[in-house]
Order: sequence, then C-alpha cells, then structure tokens
Amino acid sequence: MTMFEAILLTIVTASTPLLIAAIGELVTERSGVLNLGVEGMLAMGAACSFAAAVTFDSTFLGVAAGMLAGVAMAAVFALAVLGFAANQVGSGLALTILGLGLSGLIGAPFVGARRNPVEPISIPGLSDIPLIGRLFFEQDLFVYASMLLTVAVALYLSKTRSGLTLRSIGENHTSAHGLGLPVLRMRLLAILFGGACSGLAGAYLSLVYTRFWSSGMTAGRGWIALALVVFAAWRPGWVLVGAYIFGAATVLQLHAQAAQFGVPSQLLSAVPYLATILALLLLSIRHGRAIGAPGSLGSPFVPDR
Amino acid sequence: MKADVSSSPPLVALRGISKRYGDLLANDHIDLAIDRGEVHALLGENGAGKSTLVKILYGVIEPSAGEIFWEGQPVTIGSPVEARALGIGMVFQHFSLFDELTVAENIAVSLSDDWTLSRVRNRLGDISRAYGLALEPDRAVWTLSAGERQRIEIVRCLLQNPRLLILDEPTSVLTPQEAEHLFTTLDKLAADGCSILYISHKLEEVRRLCRQATILRGGRVIGTLDPRAKSAREIAAMMVGTEIGEVRSGTPHEPKGSMLEVRDLSLSAPGLHGQSLEAISLLAQAGEVVGIAGVAGNGQSELFAALSGERLAAAAETIRIAGQVCGTSNIDSRRRLGAAFVPEERLGHAAAPTHRLSENTLISHAAAEVSHSGFILLNAAKRLAQSIVKSFDVRTPEPDPQARKLSGGNLQKFVIGREIIRRPKLLVVDQPTWGVDAGAARLIRQALVDLAGEGSAVVVISQDLDELFEIADKMAVIHQGRLSPLRGITEWTKEAVGLEMLGESQLHGASHAV
Repeated sequence: MTMFEAILLTIVTASTPLLIAAIGELVTERSGVLNLGVEGMLAMGAACSFAAAVTFDSTFLGVAAGMLAGVAMAAVFALAVLGFAANQVGSGLALTILGLGLSGLIGAPFVGARRNPVEPISIPGLSDIPLIGRLFFEQDLFVYASMLLTVAVALYLSKTRSGLTLRSIGENHTSAHGLGLPVLRMRLLAILFGGACSGLAGAYLSLVYTRFWSSGMTAGRGWIALALVVFAAWRPGWVLVGAYIFGAATVLQLHAQAAQFGVPSQLLSAVPYLATILALLLLSIRHGRAIGAPGSLGSPFVPDR
Repeated sequence: MKADVSSSPPLVALRGISKRYGDLLANDHIDLAIDRGEVHALLGENGAGKSTLVKILYGVIEPSAGEIFWEGQPVTIGSPVEARALGIGMVFQHFSLFDELTVAENIAVSLSDDWTLSRVRNRLGDISRAYGLALEPDRAVWTLSAGERQRIEIVRCLLQNPRLLILDEPTSVLTPQEAEHLFTTLDKLAADGCSILYISHKLEEVRRLCRQATILRGGRVIGTLDPRAKSAREIAAMMVGTEIGEVRSGTPHEPKGSMLEVRDLSLSAPGLHGQSLEAISLLAQAGEVVGIAGVAGNGQSELFAALSGERLAAAAETIRIAGQVCGTSNIDSRRRLGAAFVPEERLGHAAAPTHRLSENTLISHAAAEVSHSGFILLNAAKRLAQSIVKSFDVRTPEPDPQARKLSGGNLQKFVIGREIIRRPKLLVVDQPTWGVDAGAARLIRQALVDLAGEGSAVVVISQDLDELFEIADKMAVIHQGRLSPLRGITEWTKEAVGLEMLGESQLHGASHAV
C-alpha cells in the first residue's frame, strides 16, 4: 500500500461519519425542522455504542445501541419542538449540551478500553483494480451503507410519494396542513430518522474511527455536519461531495502538521472549521440568502383547530 | 324531474355551526344550505367569520358545536382528506401552494396516492382544454403569476371531480380580465352540476355569479337572499350593519411643487424570488394622491422599500424628496426631509407587536418630540398615542395596549394616524386597507384624501383598484418592476389598467397609439 493510497483510505474513514450525520440532518431539515442537537446525538451514539460493544463484545449490538441512543435523544427533541412547539434553536442547543454531558457519564467506565478493528469487506475482482480498487471496494460495511443511504435518501426525496409529502411539509406547513397532510407525524419520523443517522455516525466514530472512547471525542463533527447541509443547499448529492471535501481537509491538515510547514499546528487543526465558515460565507454572498432552504425551516407548527 | 330535485335534500346543509376561540365567537349558530348546481355566495366583511365557516366545512377546523348534513346524511368532516373523499374541493384565499415545487408536484401532493406525476401530467392536459386553464406541468410555482397559481388550485380541485367547490376571495389577486376568465370557468362548472360556494366581499362579482347569497356579520347569519333582487347599497348595509358613506373628495386643488421625484430608478431583486425594479420614474406633487396599481408581487414592496430607504438606490439623484436628493439616504434622514412611510405589514413591520402603542410611536417619531438626548419622554409618547387614538377613532381594549391586541383595522388606523399626525409633506403607504373592515377602510381613505387636500403629496400603492379609482388623482400601473406612465385618474379605464397589469399594453397600445 502506497502512502498516497493510505491517505485516501483515511479520508474515506474521516468523511463517512460526516456524511451519515449530515444525510440524517438533511432529512430532518427538509421536513422543516432545524435540529441543532446533532453534536449531542453524535456523542451519545458514540458513547452508547462503545459501551454496548465492549460489554457484550459485539459490534452489531454496539451499532444497534448507538442508533437507539440517537433515536432516544431525537425523541426528547421531538417532544419539545413538536409536542410543545418549543423554539427549535434553543431545544437543539440544549440537546447538544445534554448529549455531551450524558455521554461523558455513560462512557466514563469505558475509558481506556479498546475494540478490535472492524474487518473490511472486500468485493472480489473489483478490489484488485489498482489505486481505486481498495479505496472503493475494500471498505467496512459502514462505508457501503453510507453510500447506499445517500442514494436511497436522494431517490426517496425526488421520486417517492412520501418524499414529496415530506418536502411539501418542509416548504410550507400551513398549506400542507390545509391540504390534510400529516405535518406532525412526518416531522416526528424525520426527526427520529435524523437521530438514528447521528447515532450510527457516532457508533462509527467510536467503533471504527478511533476504536476507543474519550469524552468530547466528537470534536465538533456534529456542527460540521450541520454546516454541510447548508453548504449542499439541502441536496443529498452535494452532501456527499461536501462530506468528502471536509473529510479530506481533516486528514490533510494532519499530514500537513506532520510535514512541519512552519504553520502552527493549532491553526492547521482549525482548517476544517475555518473551511466550514468560509463555505457558508461564500454561499450567502453568492445567493443573498441560503439557497434551497425549506420555507418553513425552524418555525414551530401549531395546528389551527 | 324538476320536482324530484326540489324535494330531495340539499347537497350540503350546515345546522347551528358554532366555533369559539377563547372569548371570541367566530361562528355563532350558522345555518346554510346549498343545492346541486347552485352557485351560493357567502358575503361579509373581514372578520365576519366566512373563512372560519368554510374551513369547518373543509375539515381544517373542528366546529365547537353544530351538525353538517351531506345529501341529508349527518357527517363529521375530520380532515381535508375526508372532505375531499365526500367531493368537497377548496381554493384558498392565500394560496396553499409550495413555491419550490413544480406545478405537477403541487397537484399530486394534494391527491390520493394513486395519482402519479405522469398521470397528473396527462389529466392536466385534458382539464386545461376543457376549461381553458392553461398550465405548464414542470414550471416551479414561484415563477408563476397569481392568476396562474390560482389556476393550479382550481385544477387541483377539478381533478377530483368535486361536487362542491369552495372559493375563498378568489378575485382578490386577479386582474379584471383574469377575473372574468374565472367567472366563465365557474359558469361552466355550475352548468355541469357542480355546486359552488363563493366567498367574497365584492358585491359586483357576487351579483354577476350567484342567485343565492348568505350574509354574515359578526359570526352570525344576517340573511339569505337573491343578490340581484336587492341594491348593492342595501346589501352593503346588511354586511356592515350601518350605512357606509362615500369618501368626500378633497377640495379641488392645484398641484404645487414636486414632493417626490423618482428618475430612472433601477434596483436588483432583493432575494431569490424578489422582483427587480426597472427604470422607474414617478412624480408626486403637493396636493395630490398618486396611486400605484398592480397585481401582488410585481415589485410593489420593492418600490416601497426603495422609496422609504429600507433599500438604498445606487445613485443619490434617482430619488428626490421635497427637492432634496436622497436616493442613498437612510429612512431617518428621509423622515427629516418631511416624508412618512407606512409599510404593508402592520404587525412586525409598521408596529412592534408586543410593544405598547405609546412605545410604538417612537418607531417613526424618534427624531421628534418623544425623545430628548437619547432618553424616551414616556409621558410625551403616551400623550401622542392618546391623540392618535382619539383623532383616528382607534378602538382599544385598554388605555395603552400592546399593538398585537388591536384588530387589523384598528391597528392600521393607528399606524397610518401615527404618520399623518406628523403632517408629512410626503406620505407613502403600501396597501393601506388590506384586510381591513369597511368602516376602517373608509376612515383611512378619507384621512389620505384630506392629507392631500391640506397640501401634502400622498403615494398609495394598492392592489384594490376600486380604492384607487375612489381616492387617486393620478395613477400608474406596476408590472414586473416597470411602471406605466402616470396619467390622470379620469384617463384610465378598468380595461386599460387590466392590460397594463398583464403587461400587454405595449402589444395592444402600438395599434392604438396614433
């Protein structure tokens, strides 16, 4: 394996959790709900999956526990913003703080434990193609799943009836309610789906990416995922592109630090976050407002009965 | 056959329908019956309870009491889906469309699951031909005019073969030509046996379309009658409860001195779906009311923002107020030149909802008598609010209420009064009587005419053509960010205005312009 190939492989590993979390958040936002709690759900997913995987010595149970934790967190959020029509920004921020704190508590007994790497699945024949073979066809199950997820969500939103309903609700919930579309039910499902994705992304972080647990290990990836959705103008295809650009930025700055360019390492570590701000800035300068944003994004819905 | 029809129960009958919101009884024991093929009008002022009643009928709102009978059978309509299953279709007043979706998607989303996009596309063609409702299935809705958007709503209903079609104030966004086109479609539908419930506060169109009319006032049925058998004046009196006088025209005055001069003002669109302004020129002189007509979304709010200084022009010389160059000056400096502005949106734009009226006077009077070296003079503000309330007959639930506690009409009287009481040399007002009851509308129009009579220039941007014909001395029409030439009001006909609204005057005008 060449150095170059190794770098590409780590880029895939760094990008996958961003992609999964961002796709989940994209679905939530297309239904008109802004969930700023991605970071918290990510942390809970990472902590719970690691705890379960170590306790039962099972990656499968770990992943299940991570997703369940994400869904549970999302359910709390849904109760607040749908059940009580609470402010979405406030509830989301609270969810992040809750998740970061609670995950530290749950993960505390497991600090120092390690998991074995998850074996990659090699697709015979295709994985022997030079350079791109191992990159695309000898990955762990999560990477394949993240790609499938992106395609499935893209098809769901553009081709299916239920996807059309979801987009309509996100675009204008008052009209949707007037037409008899199930606004709250679709939003609940979308929020829970977002939670499951964040939980899965968290599980990937602790079970595959680092293979240990430490408090605060999500390191702002939830926020990057949120920015990615805006960067991608709420389009799944662009989330994929964006996730890999940011994943690459994360990995390349590590190599840049190792190469000792004379730039302070703190500044290089900040590159992915600076890139996030820059991307948002460029987009808003070019379009005046966030292009493609669902019309009802962030506003609470109270049915008029 | 005929006897058979009359003996059978009406298609739909409402009995004792009531709806209570807290202390407010929006609907109070309403009875209403509609026969097959009947075009029935529901008449009433804003706030009379018309929209609440039809939302109950369409299953959007649950009634607090009362029964609904469909072909004689008692039914409960729990959701719009159930209403559509019965055969009830509804065209909303404020369109229930999704701007970012295409025409076909907008239609499919309201239909049952077996309507695929391709099936919608096919049937769209049939319906379009049968009723003359042309639509392109793959256009995004935000690119369409109000008339085209309404067509989507109508087609959406027709695809479900409705037996009762409800239209809520359908002509409020249409040009006179588009409205006439709509009436033809409705006549055709009624002839095909579809019943129509037509909600409006415009008497003329009700008399054109309907044989039966139910009049609502304050949530109650005042009477059911044949609108052709009564004079417009009598019906208006029933709707309002008192006779509404006409606006007295101001004393005939010679225009003296330009108060607002706009020259070649162009501005790019403010957002993704905004309208750009294209070389607008306009002159308003002291002592005259200048009307700007146009269908919503043709650049009215953009023009207002440019005149008030919410958005600045590229070059200062494009706008002069009272002779002073001010295209790049902010709102406050324009106010200091003697201008005053009333935006379209009362709550949130013209007034801060949770602030008291006295605090709301500060919004536009900050430079004047209610503050001193940065401190608010609370007593002065209270006195000012009191005098506005008194002079403009603002009905308030308590002495100094929060702005949001006032009804639409009363708040509008307050925000317009707040500007007029400053005796501005120029007043620019956007949609002064939108969603306001007839009494308040008359008072506001009278105040505008009087202000001009006292030597100010008044610019009224309005979608209500009747209003402009009533109060304006001169008028221009805005269409896609372009302003037609300013002409005396007597030189305009409704047809000419309609053509300008459609942007067709250049085409037709060429042959007449000799």
